[in-house]
Amino acid sequence: MNPFVESLASAAHLVTGADPQLLHIVGLSLAVSGLACVIATALGLLAGAAVAVGRFRGRGAVLVLLNTLLALPSVVVGLAVYLLLSRAGPLGSWGILFTPAAMVIAQAILVTPIVAALARQTIEDAMRDHGEQLRSLGAGRLECALILAWDERLALLTLALVAFGRAISEVGAVMMVGGNIAGVTRVMTTAIALETSKGDLPLALALGLVLLGVVLLLNVAIGVLRQWRLADDQRTEAVA
Amino acid sequence: MTSAASDAAVADALVELRSAGVRFGAKQALSGIDFSLARGERVALVGANGSGKSTLLRALHGLVPLSEGRRVVAAPAPRLAMVFQRPYMLRLSARGNVELGLMLQGMPRAQRRERAMRALERVGLSAEAGRSGRVLSAGQQQRVALARAWAVQPDVLLLDEPTASLDPTAKREVEALIDEFALQGITVLMSSHNLGQVKRLASRVVYLEQGRMLADVATDHFFSGPLPAEAHLFLKGELPWA
Repeated sequence: MNPFVESLASAAHLVTGADPQLLHIVGLSLAVSGLACVIATALGLLAGAAVAVGRFRGRGAVLVLLNTLLALPSVVVGLAVYLLLSRAGPLGSWGILFTPAAMVIAQAILVTPIVAALARQTIEDAMRDHGEQLRSLGAGRLECALILAWDERLALLTLALVAFGRAISEVGAVMMVGGNIAGVTRVMTTAIALETSKGDLPLALALGLVLLGVVLLLNVAIGVLRQWRLADDQRTEAVA
Repeated sequence: MTSAASDAAVADALVELRSAGVRFGAKQALSGIDFSLARGERVALVGANGSGKSTLLRALHGLVPLSEGRRVVAAPAPRLAMVFQRPYMLRLSARGNVELGLMLQGMPRAQRRERAMRALERVGLSAEAGRSGRVLSAGQQQRVALARAWAVQPDVLLLDEPTASLDPTAKREVEALIDEFALQGITVLMSSHNLGQVKRLASRVVYLEQGRMLADVATDHFFSGPLPAEAHLFLKGELPWA
């Protein structure tokens, strides 16, 4: 049998047979990226809303920085978090390097700018269109931002899903700060890299299939949310 | 400027603009505006597109900063509410949209629910209270916006072309509501392109052109008395393109 087909068959067997090692790696990946995404969404939304409604000196520079951070290389984040958490680093006393907590921090740092930049744009657009009407009802700028964020919740939820997709498919930073320790910090992406280098293609392929499945599910969820939004907006346009 | 009504109004002014100007970048949207609104008045702002009607309403509400002059508000400060040409409906029920203004004023939940329902009843939409504000017709959305404004029990109601995009039936309904609110004692300032509506609803007319107030007169005077040449041309529908 073709080695690729053979590996694929073994991978399928691992997935359908709910291999414990595979399940542990997938579970840890979902937990780490999920938590990172929750933290990044909370921080990113707050930061995005603050920049959207704030009028302060240096706002232009903050916007440039925020947009630049969208392309933040994951290895740079990994290096920065490694230096912070290493024994000699300023947060070395926490003793969390090479633990899932360090991986959560690295992924949260990586995706917070994505949420912040896109949330800023969403809220700023909504502010331009509707902020004055809310202010006429007595809302302050921050209240406007919060109300509009709530009103644009479907768009912002899409952002959170995009952030999760970015986090779970990330490999460089979690490899550096997690150390890819079997059973402790090994997640899907780092396991795929390791198993491929070892030549254990079935496990790497199985993990790849699961990762693809997760990303596919995310995209389906984003598509459904977009459809809901579109339908809602079309209903609004139809009556206007 | 032609002025017959404004002198009487100043004495009991709820809100005033004195020598006010508004600038948006290089554009001078309003200039040298002396305008006061007294309790119980019904005033219409008329003028061509871009003459500064909406900006005057926004400046009076305090939504845009003045580049010159000042805004003076009576003590105790009157409560102002504004209804826009295309009201913004949040992704909430009609009742939720009405409750929003009350929530922003810190009214307790039970009380604001009751008030919102009363306001919707007032505009004839209590049966639609649970429907999404966004799926209502344009006329119904405008009535929800009026309910939202009425619910906060304003002293002054500012209306920015409230019937501009409505069909004749919806127009009549909204006009009837504005009339009712004015009869209740709410001071009304509205901008309008509809001169028939101005005749029906206003007792005083302010004519604006290119950000300047050229006339501030009683409604009868506006339609039959002497006016500046520009206002006269506007009435005849012969104002040239700016």
